[in-house]
Amino acid sequence: MPIRVLMFGWELPPFNSGGLGVACDGLSTALAQQNIDLTFVLPHRFPINKGGFRLVFADDQPSDWSNQSPYLHPTSSPAAYIRDLLLSVRRYARNARRIAAENPHDLIHAHDWLCFPAGISAGQVSDRPLVSHIHATEYDRSGGSGADPIVYSLEKQGLDEADAVIAVSNFTKRLLTTHYFQPASKVNVVHNGIKTEEFGFESPSGTDILDPLKKAGYKVVLYVGRLTMSKAPDNFIRAAARVLEYQPKTVFLLAGSGEMESQVISLAARLGISDKVLFAGFIRGTLLHQVFRTADLFIMPSVSEPFGLTALEAVASGTPALISRQSGVSEALSHVLKVDFWDIDEMVNQIVSVLSHPPLHDALQANGRKEVKGVSWAAAAAKTIEIYKKVLRKN
Amino acid sequence: MSALCLYFQVHQPYRVRKYRIFDIGRSHEYFSDSSPRLSNKTILNKVSEKCYLPTNNTLLRLLKKHPQFKISFSLSGVLLDQLQEFAPAVLDSFKKLVGTGRAEILCETYFHSLSFIYSPVEFTRQVNLHKAKIKSVFGLTPLVFRNTELIYSNSLAERIAKLRFKAVLAEGADNILGWRSPNYLYHPPGHPKLKLLLKNYRLSDDIAFRFSDKSWSQYPLTAPKFASWVNAVNGGGDIVNLFMDYETFGEHQWADTGIFEFMDHLPGEILKHQDNYFVTPSQAADKLPSRGELDVPFYVSWADVERDLSAWTGNPMQDDALSKLYALEKLVLRTKDSELIADWRRLQTSDHFYYMCTKWFSDGDVHKYFNPYDSPYEAFISFMNVLSDLKLRLSTKISKSEN
Repeated sequence: MPIRVLMFGWELPPFNSGGLGVACDGLSTALAQQNIDLTFVLPHRFPINKGGFRLVFADDQPSDWSNQSPYLHPTSSPAAYIRDLLLSVRRYARNARRIAAENPHDLIHAHDWLCFPAGISAGQVSDRPLVSHIHATEYDRSGGSGADPIVYSLEKQGLDEADAVIAVSNFTKRLLTTHYFQPASKVNVVHNGIKTEEFGFESPSGTDILDPLKKAGYKVVLYVGRLTMSKAPDNFIRAAARVLEYQPKTVFLLAGSGEMESQVISLAARLGISDKVLFAGFIRGTLLHQVFRTADLFIMPSVSEPFGLTALEAVASGTPALISRQSGVSEALSHVLKVDFWDIDEMVNQIVSVLSHPPLHDALQANGRKEVKGVSWAAAAAKTIEIYKKVLRKN
Repeated sequence: MSALCLYFQVHQPYRVRKYRIFDIGRSHEYFSDSSPRLSNKTILNKVSEKCYLPTNNTLLRLLKKHPQFKISFSLSGVLLDQLQEFAPAVLDSFKKLVGTGRAEILCETYFHSLSFIYSPVEFTRQVNLHKAKIKSVFGLTPLVFRNTELIYSNSLAERIAKLRFKAVLAEGADNILGWRSPNYLYHPPGHPKLKLLLKNYRLSDDIAFRFSDKSWSQYPLTAPKFASWVNAVNGGGDIVNLFMDYETFGEHQWADTGIFEFMDHLPGEILKHQDNYFVTPSQAADKLPSRGELDVPFYVSWADVERDLSAWTGNPMQDDALSKLYALEKLVLRTKDSELIADWRRLQTSDHFYYMCTKWFSDGDVHKYFNPYDSPYEAFISFMNVLSDLKLRLSTKISKSEN
């Protein structure tokens, strides 16, 4: 008898703004392949179809999706934005009661604070155990200060009421035990995985947008992620300015948008390197894959990164990665360069070295691609199923 | 009759400090780092305290107690330099051992380098430098050679024969021995007078690697048990060669594993069997006949399960670093600048390339344990930055001499 899981998520690709949707998709697909009877709930109707598991839309109204993602550039003031978001979260929780009654299940699995109220309401109806999955906390998003108290309390409640907690890294687990007061024994670490086949290395599709630059002998250093404080795009620019003293034929490409965009642009101007910094905005799909493949080095300078899926994507694309030690993904990868986020000197040292020594690039590329194959969603799903079984035995 | 030959390798490299691009052209101090993992002085003092001093004391006591007991060492030139600089008392205790007349000192490349593979001419220079160093420190001329990490092949034997050594040490690897036993002496093709001593890797590694392994079926290893294994060779061999890193005692196998007690009892247990006796490598070469020619057309070493060169060469970083380093040979030597030449040679020490090995990096095994850098990539980065600075010094020197 397969375990029946009612899973509450917020987004799925291609209607996603960041890692949460990608992770939910990867994990759900792998769980279904390992004989989990999965019902995946989304807050609104999206025109998508998924193989392997059932999709349920909590609200039949099609969503104005771009306004409902906490990870996109807010269109209104932060306070108004959070208020709108909270309304959606509460509506999702109300609808969850009906969904719980209509869809028989053995346990509930909810992803991040946006879905915790839904998970809790569903549990009140079915009296089944709750697994709360943390992909990112308000603590990460706010860079450690100025956390939104309402969001924090929803996170805390979701964790407190859970029968088991899944954290995407030991890095996040430490955060949950220190800042959310969760007992360590309750928090299980399940690293994210990657669908390596989607980041084909040999299959260049279409003309590369960066081809002219590469042909002119430029190296490309890449940043992918929201332009937000916790991801430190400003440090990327500061490092860039110093790398250019050693390697003037380098371009620094930022793929992503966010509230720090204008700040980052003016920083580049102030440092006199605007001509070497390119802003691609938020990109996805084929274009993103191309950019990954073309880059000579990917950098994730985050101050606080619960996991950091983009690092896996870079390495799977055959791009060496330099990642912050303050990230979850640094626990899963050995064949990458690692640096403390505050150590811009060391960042510059390593970037220049990769650009100057092709054998270093090649060794990181070859070993990284081999290693990343082992960081799979199948492994993540297998660990998750062990947690399901443990919770069900206790209940 | 079965002879027992003990040889201990004593070596510490000059580890390259954390050297960043900003240091290029500004600092020519390559080997002095203050961090505990990279400070050569700190490491040497730690190893001296845990291994060299207590083991030397144990051996000195044993030599006094058992007049038939004999041992041999190979001390790299860079280790001797560091002892002179940081730990003269340790050097004195090695001199005391040699003073007994029953501790033979072997010859190797001064810089514990891979020079034989990359520049046979430089190799010969380093062998002669080491010979001279041994002469000046211990007052004797070594007669037996052992190459870095027991790297060996026919072509090495060829060169060693030309340099008039009487014997050379090598790994008793299965792929060169085939059905033959490591417990006899052999000779390389074309050089019947050069004796080849082969490491009995099973018995050697029982001490060096498995001694404290609780999952090993023979755990715990005692001196009587080990002596019985040596006795079992009697009749099936002329010699048992136990070759290992000296750091086995107290550093790889900590004191609390009982390794010192084991060593304390070993000579007595071995000598209980009347047919057993101890030899040094040169005595073995004098006394025992070669039992046949051993053809080794490719390199073998004592490293890893592969017992080949793949711990130091073969990945793109190692090959790049090695080829760029040796490409400077002629220019560096032509400067006659002793500091520049010494730095270039210290960079040849095999450990630098071992640190760049990615073979087992993710498994967290012995390579990781012995790597003072966070990753093979960081080892490569510091090394290549240093090499850039060395090149800069070189070109300044050359342009000065041309003007």
